[in-house]
Amino acid sequence: MIQMEDVGFGYHGGAELLSNMTLSLQPGMFHFLTGPSGSGKTTLLRLCYADLLPTSGRMSVFGQDLRGLGRDDIAMLRRRVGVVHQDTQFLDHLPVAENVALPLNVSGQGVDMDALRDLLGWVQLSQQARALPPSLSGGERQRAALARAVILSPDLVLADEPTGNLDWEMSMRLMQLLIELNKSGKTVLVATHDLNLIRAAKAQVAARVLRIAGGALHLAGADL
Amino acid sequence: MRRTEFRALNLRALWQGLLRRDGDKGDRIVPPTGYTAQLTLFSAGAMAFLAVFALALALATGRLADRWSSQLAQSVTVRVSAPASEQQARAQAVVQILQATPGAGTPRLLSNEAVAELLAPWFGPDMPVDALPVPALIDLPITGAEFDAEGLRLRLEAEAPGAVLDDHTEWRRPLVSAANRLRVLGVISLLLIVAASASMITLAAKAALAANGQVIRVLRLIGARDITIATAFVRRFTQRAAIGAGVGTLIGMGAVALLPGMDAAGGFLTGLGFQGWGWLLPLLIPIVAAAVGFFATRWAALNMLEAVR
Repeated sequence: MIQMEDVGFGYHGGAELLSNMTLSLQPGMFHFLTGPSGSGKTTLLRLCYADLLPTSGRMSVFGQDLRGLGRDDIAMLRRRVGVVHQDTQFLDHLPVAENVALPLNVSGQGVDMDALRDLLGWVQLSQQARALPPSLSGGERQRAALARAVILSPDLVLADEPTGNLDWEMSMRLMQLLIELNKSGKTVLVATHDLNLIRAAKAQVAARVLRIAGGALHLAGADL
Repeated sequence: MRRTEFRALNLRALWQGLLRRDGDKGDRIVPPTGYTAQLTLFSAGAMAFLAVFALALALATGRLADRWSSQLAQSVTVRVSAPASEQQARAQAVVQILQATPGAGTPRLLSNEAVAELLAPWFGPDMPVDALPVPALIDLPITGAEFDAEGLRLRLEAEAPGAVLDDHTEWRRPLVSAANRLRVLGVISLLLIVAASASMITLAAKAALAANGQVIRVLRLIGARDITIATAFVRRFTQRAAIGAGVGTLIGMGAVALLPGMDAAGGFLTGLGFQGWGWLLPLLIPIVAAAVGFFATRWAALNMLEAVR
């Protein structure tokens, strides 16, 4: 699904933040990516949806080499990767329901209103369907972002610190949704620095934990 | 703009841009904008208003050049200079030559009264023509294409010394030249108006795109193609350019219709306006404005989107 071979990346031609990374993301698996703040978790995720290009090494997503992708190819790739961004990224002038349905709109697909209602119900946002994003709480925004990320039924779901600003209860609610997605066959990669969250999730799902530190990627030990 | 994107610039998209309601599903991804919409409408309207007058000028000067050319070319004048005692006889001889000229109508020897009337603007109505060495004037209408002015000139030189043929070329050339230059100026004005409109719409589109940088970023992140994002902006600006230009054109046409009539104005302003089918030509201005809005906005949008990954 995602193959990285000796991938390195540095911003603006500077020193490499990530170096010699080799990774193979297995389909259907739940993955955690952890590491201290500033270690490059967000950067690694951005590489996965072609928001950044590796400065060295070779990286492919769904078998497509990132270096050979044109702008339309990148758009098509992003329709197969659902992303929950750290800062959620909504269009504040559109109601929640329209924001969630936005990927259908921009990809030229019709909106099945029943399916949309079901999806909003799944993330427990049925009551907020007509609300504008600025009026949502942090947890509601993250759940809305998750609904938008999966509306095109992507093969891969990425979440960048989805619980960063949430309390424990809300974090576990969101994590439950991600685990449900994985159990339905989706490959999930969650970047988080919260080790307690990882431990709690591992009690419910077989997860592979990747630790990023010093620009390198390691498989975490049994302590996690 | 890349070649593949240029291929997507089709008439269907332009047509949809004109017909789809503002606020349709595709449009809603872009937040409603206030002042750029008003500015685009106003600019398109003002430019269309000016374009109506530039078009009227170009058409009127074209008609003027044609009229001057055709009216002056329909007749020639023969001037016969001779001592007073011989002038009448020589004039009659010239008339006989002219009667036998192929392509010429019946020559008319102007009477002393007619000559006095022609000279009145310079010498006043009481001038005694008989007392002045005024040449005899013969007006000769041209009735056929076989009329050969140069051949007639040579024949008069040989057979009627003192007779000079004037085919009005010296008068006609600068007048027609002036009218043609005015027509060129009218066309240049139209081109400048189109270029200025394109510039203004491009600037307005770029301002709208810059103000919606975050929207564009979000749309790219969720898998929107450049052409999808660009189309949302293009549709708006195409509509605004067409509506603004439509209103400006109607006001301009109304103003032209209210200009003094041909008979009343006279002089240079004679015929400034539209005639017959010419009234349909200004209706092309909103269509051209829509096309300008379409291409200018799409060019601006696709260029700007290149900066967003």
